[in-house]
Amino acid sequence: MSSWIVSNLWLIPAVPLAASLVILSLTNSPRSIAAALAIFGQVVALILAIVAFVPTLQTPGFRAVHNFTWFTFGDQALRIGWVLDPLAAAMMVMITLVGLCIFVFSVGYMAGDKNFTRFFAYLSFFSGAMLGVVIANSLLLLFVSWELVGLASYLLIGFWMERPSAAAAAKKAFITTRIGDLGFFLGILWLYHSSGTLLFYDQGRGCLENAGLLVIGASATFIALLIFCGAVGKSGQFPLHVWLPDAMEGPTPVSALIHAATMVAAGVFLVARVYPLFSLGAVNGVTPSLTVVVSVGVVTALMASLIALAQFDIKRILAYSTVSQLGLMMVSLGVGGVAAGIMHLIAHGFFKALLFLGAGSIIHGLHHEQDIRKMGGLRWIMPVTFFTYAIGMMNLSGVPFFFSGGWTKEEILHNTAHWPVSPLPHYLMLAGVILTALYMARQMIYVFFGSKRVVLDAHESPRIMTMSLIILSACSILFALLLTPAWPWLHAYLNGEPARVDFGSLIQPILLLSLALVAGGIAVGWLIYRNASEADPLARAQPGLFRFLENKMWFDEVYEQTVIAFCRMLSRLSDWLDRYFWDGLVRLFAGLGQAFGVLSKGFDDHGINAGVDETTSGTRGFGRLIAAAHSGQIQAYLGAIAIGMLLLLVLYAWLG
Amino acid sequence: MTPTLQLFLIISTALFSIGLLAALSRRHAIFILIGIELMLAAANLNFIAFWRFGPQPQPPTGVLVAIFSIAIAAAEAAVGLALVIAIYRHYRTTNVDQLDQLKG
Repeated sequence: MSSWIVSNLWLIPAVPLAASLVILSLTNSPRSIAAALAIFGQVVALILAIVAFVPTLQTPGFRAVHNFTWFTFGDQALRIGWVLDPLAAAMMVMITLVGLCIFVFSVGYMAGDKNFTRFFAYLSFFSGAMLGVVIANSLLLLFVSWELVGLASYLLIGFWMERPSAAAAAKKAFITTRIGDLGFFLGILWLYHSSGTLLFYDQGRGCLENAGLLVIGASATFIALLIFCGAVGKSGQFPLHVWLPDAMEGPTPVSALIHAATMVAAGVFLVARVYPLFSLGAVNGVTPSLTVVVSVGVVTALMASLIALAQFDIKRILAYSTVSQLGLMMVSLGVGGVAAGIMHLIAHGFFKALLFLGAGSIIHGLHHEQDIRKMGGLRWIMPVTFFTYAIGMMNLSGVPFFFSGGWTKEEILHNTAHWPVSPLPHYLMLAGVILTALYMARQMIYVFFGSKRVVLDAHESPRIMTMSLIILSACSILFALLLTPAWPWLHAYLNGEPARVDFGSLIQPILLLSLALVAGGIAVGWLIYRNASEADPLARAQPGLFRFLENKMWFDEVYEQTVIAFCRMLSRLSDWLDRYFWDGLVRLFAGLGQAFGVLSKGFDDHGINAGVDETTSGTRGFGRLIAAAHSGQIQAYLGAIAIGMLLLLVLYAWLG
Repeated sequence: MTPTLQLFLIISTALFSIGLLAALSRRHAIFILIGIELMLAAANLNFIAFWRFGPQPQPPTGVLVAIFSIAIAAAEAAVGLALVIAIYRHYRTTNVDQLDQLKG
């Protein structure tokens, strides 16, 4: 069983991809068939993922690979393959489970959309591509799936392509991630150049195994940083985070999928996957590349939490919270807490999907109203959404004990506390915890508490949507059982150690500290926003700061003025070159050709044609002349013969 | 006056010239035929004369050729007359000035 699933691991991404193709080829199929196919594909993938999960449970640190030669060029064989290890197995289960909930939710959310079938085809495609990233045992296969994820995100963000803003957001997401992917691709080339293989694990010869790492040596820092560029683009890290909030233009289930299970998770997963490259030659767990990862993560996390404080679009707040949580994960990876980072990624997958689907439910119930200032008092109108959203909010804020997000966040904080380089990330992350609690409290109060500010006949969402919310909130709570320090099962599983039970370590000082910070953040939020009205209290107190944050720290504007302006200048220059220089050259040659054409036409007309005409008319004239001699008079002929004979005679006589 | 080659040649030349004149000037096809016969006779006369005054004047070599020639001339005259009759039937004339179908 275990060897069967290892060699057939490709089925897990292939099933959703096949479902997507089938749905696309049956464009006129009824909606129910499309949705059923997509959900069926996802269920099959989930079952297969669980089948793959089982062998990794039996042996700690289980790792099995299946490599094969894709094609051979010259004497070099390009080999790809897939790997089954705790990291891949845990990610697969999370992706398929969260994906399934989102798919089911979409049946309700997209019920009125005219492109229902196309939506499900893309969703399936997205999920399949992400599963491909997870199982890849070759950086090349990972990159291919990675780009497929990018394509799927483009298609889904721009799903409502008739809206110019959605089309622009899709383009922005695609191009921004492409900038990071350029670095990623260069990193792949460099890695192949220095190690000669792109396989991660290959019986000791892979680029992540000791022998391979020895060959790579000092260039590992640069390779790791280039690969990190890709992760920065995909995971929305500073400075390439600008696409992620704009990606909110897509339908809400897409946002949930992008922010929870796929796409942004890919970047964090990538860093975790090639972690040996980052940590190669570490002194005390610190390398230059990991320091860069920590710095980027810290900047991203704080910046995004601050921006989230001043947004009014319910989905944008969640988008910035994703950016900041991803920053937190990067920090965790950077300080050496790979397991903690992945745990937070998985926990985040559950509760962020929950939050986004909750937001989707609110938006659906309010007839596509997304401005939190126009909501309020929804807790009685949408009770299921309210309770599940509150659970998601607790998870995101990091309330410990019952919520998975609390445990993972606490573990990350624990890891940052012991970073030898600087204590700064630790304190900044503690500040991030307060900020997260604060903006989530703000959002909760704006949406669910207070009085209804705008009269709308809001309604609770249908059963099919609330069902997903309930399942996801149950998951995010039950998942906490695997995360507690008393029985750190997932941590041990990811690190390949047997888990042990130790109730003594349940309560730690950092836990109390983070509990205090979360409680403080929520309390402050309650105090500030208790009587929130259309005008934000923060905006009244600090209008300048608020405008700075509301406008997303003017990142878009700064990019517009610098990078985009530079690109525009460059393209204008090439346009000019094209138009005047190259085009001039082309025109010159064209003119020469034309002149030559005119010349040869003249020569033809007046030289050759005239010559031929002259010859023919001369021939005809002469012919006419000769024809006149043929009178038909037999005696004339006879006379001519006689004269000719006479002349011959005279000539003969004369010549003697 | 002894007969010499020159005398015969002069007679045959005169005969040929008379025949040619007849062939060229008469309009009636029969007269043209007669002219041609005269020219043929002149040629035959030349033949005989060259034989008679040549290096081997024994019979019957030269005479034989002349007899052949006369036979052919008879056949030719028959063909010519047949042509004249055919032309007359077709065009209702034997005036060669009106028979210009050979032109072009």
